[in-house]
Amino acid sequence: MRIRGREHAAGVTHAASWPPAAALLALAVALLAPLAGAWARGDTQPVPFRVVDDGIPEPLTSQPGDVERGRAVALDRSLGNCITCHEMPVRADFQGNLGPPLEGLASRYTLPELRLRVVDSKRINPESNMPSFYRIEGLYNVRRDWAGRTMLTAQQVEDLLAYLMTLR
Amino acid sequence: MKIGMVLAGLAAASLSAVVAFAEGERPPNRPIPDPQSGRHFATPDTLAIQDDDFLNPAFLWVEEGEQAWNRVEGTAGQSCASCHNDATESMRGVRARMPAYHPRLQRVVTLEQQVNICRTERMGAPALPIDSRPLNAITTYIALQSRGMPVNVDISGPARRFFDEGERFYNTRRGQLDMRCATCHEENYGRYLRADLLSQGMSNGFPTYRLKEQRVISLQFRLMGCVQDVRGQPPAMGSEEFTNLEFYLAWRAQGLPVESPAVRR
Ligand code: HEC
Ligand code: HEC
Ligand code: HEC
Repeated sequence: MRIRGREHAAGVTHAASWPPAAALLALAVALLAPLAGAWARGDTQPVPFRVVDDGIPEPLTSQPGDVERGRAVALDRSLGNCITCHEMPVRADFQGNLGPPLEGLASRYTLPELRLRVVDSKRINPESNMPSFYRIEGLYNVRRDWAGRTMLTAQQVEDLLAYLMTLR
Repeated sequence: MKIGMVLAGLAAASLSAVVAFAEGERPPNRPIPDPQSGRHFATPDTLAIQDDDFLNPAFLWVEEGEQAWNRVEGTAGQSCASCHNDATESMRGVRARMPAYHPRLQRVVTLEQQVNICRTERMGAPALPIDSRPLNAITTYIALQSRGMPVNVDISGPARRFFDEGERFYNTRRGQLDMRCATCHEENYGRYLRADLLSQGMSNGFPTYRLKEQRVISLQFRLMGCVQDVRGQPPAMGSEEFTNLEFYLAWRAQGLPVESPAVRR
């Protein structure tokens, strides 16, 4: 329940801009899925983006990212869950270390570079173990309740990036 | 007597398999040639429970399994003991060499499946659901009879293609997180996934008492959890996919002592 509420809040602005067909489809999915609110998870029709050099220069949404919401996305288990694999400069027991610490990210990378690393790190290194947070294609055996949707919505990605840019 | 002959036949079958092995198949290389048991990654508190049979809650399952061993069930009026006599003798080493190729069924079977084969085909009793308490009880009791013996599964001859399938499953990236088993258990053991210290994912302690579940779990229940953790859609417990994967896992753990029933967080 806690998780659902959070997801819903994070997805509201985005859901409002959905085309009616997608909204209907999402509604059908929501009715079928035992997890009501599943429709708020990820995008089923990812917005297109352009990769230039080592980054994605343009934001995925017109609404700028929000630092506070982005921090929540990073920490939420069902959203970014970054802390499971990365140490982060926050007070929390049990931080993972599969990937490097996220502290100082903004000094190492530009915003476009970070955007590509969050969206689809496999484009930089196909053997990367960093999940692709905004990709649907090319995945295998995805759990039914997540199949056909990105891990984060476009707005959640932008919120997250706003937060990551504060990690100097 | 009768069963002694069948088992001798089985041994002969695996011997001929060894010959076939010598004739051409190359043994595969293990990515971790010198594996470490999950106990190396467990906390002292957890190990203290595992190492004391009076503290280890899995011994409740052992007791239930021992009772079931002698209980007549099914239309044939038999118990396990009717055919296999004293489990402390007849079942010694069985857990260490399972899963194994079953010549009559021409496929690899897990210990769980073999118990159900005996129940349905020999006793006229219904199969027990995989990972159910009564099945975990009997497999925990059987596994205990191999404690300390090195895992030693036979992947040669006709078993090889089931092994290959299991290996393929292990090394396939899957789920929304797009990870393979090796991502966590070969490339990242010793690192933390939030609060979990990643082990090499060895199977030598199963069935295992899981503190989080407060019960004995079968290996395939754990595997479901690992597939779900990468947001993958796990196959059913008892399915061919998981059976082959379990076979591959046993070979990864080849040489490690059977530690069932282990205790894990
Ligand atoms: C399942 C584990 C996992 C999760 C969850 C995860 N990462 Fe990663 N991440 C990795 C790994 C492993 C790397 C190391 C590089 C590689 O494998 O490509 C990495 C690398 C990175 C990098 C590049 C870092 C550098 O210094 O080069 C960034 C940025 C990053 N992750 C951000 C995030 C953010 C933000 C989140 C949460 C939204 C997140 N990661 C969640 C595993 C993870
Ligand atoms: C009527 C005789 C009979 C009964 C009763 C019986 N089994 Fe079996 N069992 C066999 C035979 C025969 C085999 C050889 C493999 C086969 O044909 O499936 C076997 C094989 C096994 C094996 C594999 C042994 C090895 O060395 O690899 C296990 C484990 C086993 N049985 C467990 C049980 C359990 C547990 C029960 C009671 C629930 C039971 N059996 C009841 C006849 C029996
Ligand atoms: C995202 C990381 C991750 C992936 C991928 C993963 N596991 Fe695990 N696995 C864990 C964690 C965490 C545990 C519990 C701690 C430990 O023993 O590593 C675990 C435990 C296990 C154990 C029990 C080890 C013991 O000593 O009790 C086995 C066996 C296992 N995994 C097998 C697999 C298999 C097979 C796959 C592929 C289908 C797989 N895992 C994929 C994270 C993972």
